[in-house]
Amino acid sequence: MSVILAAENVRRRLSGAVPVTLVDGVSLAIGLGEFVCIMGPSGSGKSSLLYLLGLLDVPDEGRIRLDGEDTSGFGEDELANCRLERLGYVFQFHFLLAEFTIRENVMLPMRRLGRATPEQCRARADALLDRLGVLDQAAKRPHQLSGGQRQRVAIARALANDPLVLLADEPTGNLDSASGANVRQTLRELTREMGKSVIAVTHDANFAAAADRRVEIVDGRLVGG
Amino acid sequence: MRISLEVATTHLTSRLRPTLVSLGGVVLGVAFFLAVSSLMRGSEKDFLKRMIDNNPHITVYDEYRNPEPQPAELRWAGAAVQVAHVKPHAEPRGIRAYPQKLAYIESLPGVRVAPVLSDSAVLLFAGHQQGVTLSGIVPAKMKTVTTLQEKMVAGSLDALTADPNGVVLGTGLAQKFNLRLGSTISVVSASGTNHALRVVGLFRTGNAAYDEGQTFVLLKRAQALLERPNRINRFVIQLAEPTAARTVAQQIEAESGYKSVSWAEASEDILSLLLVRNIIMYSVVSAILVVASFGIYNTLSTIVMEKTRDIAILKSMGFHARDVRTIFLLEGLIIGCIGSAFGLLFGAGLMRILANVALRPPGVSEVVHLPIWWGPEQFALATVFALLSCLAAAYLPAQRASRVHPVDILRGAT
Repeated sequence: MSVILAAENVRRRLSGAVPVTLVDGVSLAIGLGEFVCIMGPSGSGKSSLLYLLGLLDVPDEGRIRLDGEDTSGFGEDELANCRLERLGYVFQFHFLLAEFTIRENVMLPMRRLGRATPEQCRARADALLDRLGVLDQAAKRPHQLSGGQRQRVAIARALANDPLVLLADEPTGNLDSASGANVRQTLRELTREMGKSVIAVTHDANFAAAADRRVEIVDGRLVGG
Repeated sequence: MRISLEVATTHLTSRLRPTLVSLGGVVLGVAFFLAVSSLMRGSEKDFLKRMIDNNPHITVYDEYRNPEPQPAELRWAGAAVQVAHVKPHAEPRGIRAYPQKLAYIESLPGVRVAPVLSDSAVLLFAGHQQGVTLSGIVPAKMKTVTTLQEKMVAGSLDALTADPNGVVLGTGLAQKFNLRLGSTISVVSASGTNHALRVVGLFRTGNAAYDEGQTFVLLKRAQALLERPNRINRFVIQLAEPTAARTVAQQIEAESGYKSVSWAEASEDILSLLLVRNIIMYSVVSAILVVASFGIYNTLSTIVMEKTRDIAILKSMGFHARDVRTIFLLEGLIIGCIGSAFGLLFGAGLMRILANVALRPPGVSEVVHLPIWWGPEQFALATVFALLSCLAAAYLPAQRASRVHPVDILRGAT
């Protein structure tokens, strides 16, 4: 399995009166089409590692390779371009823009990328919403949907630009068990049917059971996997 | 850009009340900027028009701007030269060979000119006497360069041509001396020449000093009375294009050698005063827009605070810092554009109302209207200033939004 995303001995500290080490010398490789769960207790550095892997944050030491490319010398705009074209995010809270319809939310990354016509964006957004079973909600606003539906819309938005890797931070943390199972199933299918790599941070053992691989992080260091 | 515009629009429409308050500030700011500045510029242009219309555009005097250098100074340039017992050349003062110079000036395009010989004289009638300015004119030419003919209340300037012993004077002087058309008065020049003249015309300009102190006779009569044959001491010139006065004056001075003063040169102090007045006026009316821009700043700052999470998610999606900055600058620009459009309409309405205000100043029989300047530059200036104010007000919130670090927000979000 070829490595699509890799952390090489990354370290991240928060400076301040009392410096805090969030991630401490972590090396992790994610294969193409692999579903990896990062687990660990609260404050162990799971989300911080995910932000580093997702190029939302920059390591103080070490490097992140995306599709073989070293991102350590990238500026803010280059990192933003990587996020736009090759990465997708799903967060614990759906973070859909309240003033836009469901369809418009899914179209946002495509329109920012600007490679497709508005009609093509709309068609792709509808196809993704259909794939995730929420096409009938396309004209509604986020507040009119249930938590599970909103999270599926967030997944559709994360898939809008056909990313290589989907990064999910506690994607079922705010959902009831039925909705959580649904989201878990969706992410699982993405790896199998669409060949996407998925990295998910979770506390949920049931969710983690669906992953190809589980890694545990404690005090910023990987302890298993 | 389009997606940024859409996000900007949704931000503004989602917070409609503060947006409308900001918009109202810009509308009022632009409207009052426009109304006040157009009134002030209107009064300025009205003042200048009156000044230009009622005074010669160029006056050529019988004097030189710089005294002619002495031959000794030319011979030993830079040396300390003292010339003793210099006897000035005695000759009647005035512009020499004026017919040739008159012909030259008349040959210039868009130029109307009248020769004048003016000097002091004393007017005598029934034991009363008064010092006046006696001006010798050529009526046909004088009519083309002054509004004197329009100010005539009895007789006419042309009557001077018909009666070489005629005099035209102001109603103030006529009232003082109890004169009417046909009355005969005596005029004594500075050289002591006395001549009887008959009143053939009366004018009233509304300027008491002018109406009591000016008298007009035929140029030939004035030359005889003042003992300055074939001389004049002024050319009065009007131009088709008054703004060219400075250039034409320089041209005439270079050709004739005599000092030629344009209305702009003669009124430099007034023009400076008007410039200072305009700066003060624009500073005051701009303050209205600056105050309005605080409303925009407040609205956009609130939006940035409320939408921090949305900004973070947009940046995590791959929006650049400049995209986020553009969104908030566009919000300022949208308020500026809509505010300017309505402000211009409202301002134009105010201008129309002000233009219809009729006033009758004390002592003036005519009804006057407030002078309003409808120049397009006023509208453009109000719009540009409003847009700049709005962009300036949006800049700080836009900068703050562009600096949002997604991780800082996502870590604390639930």
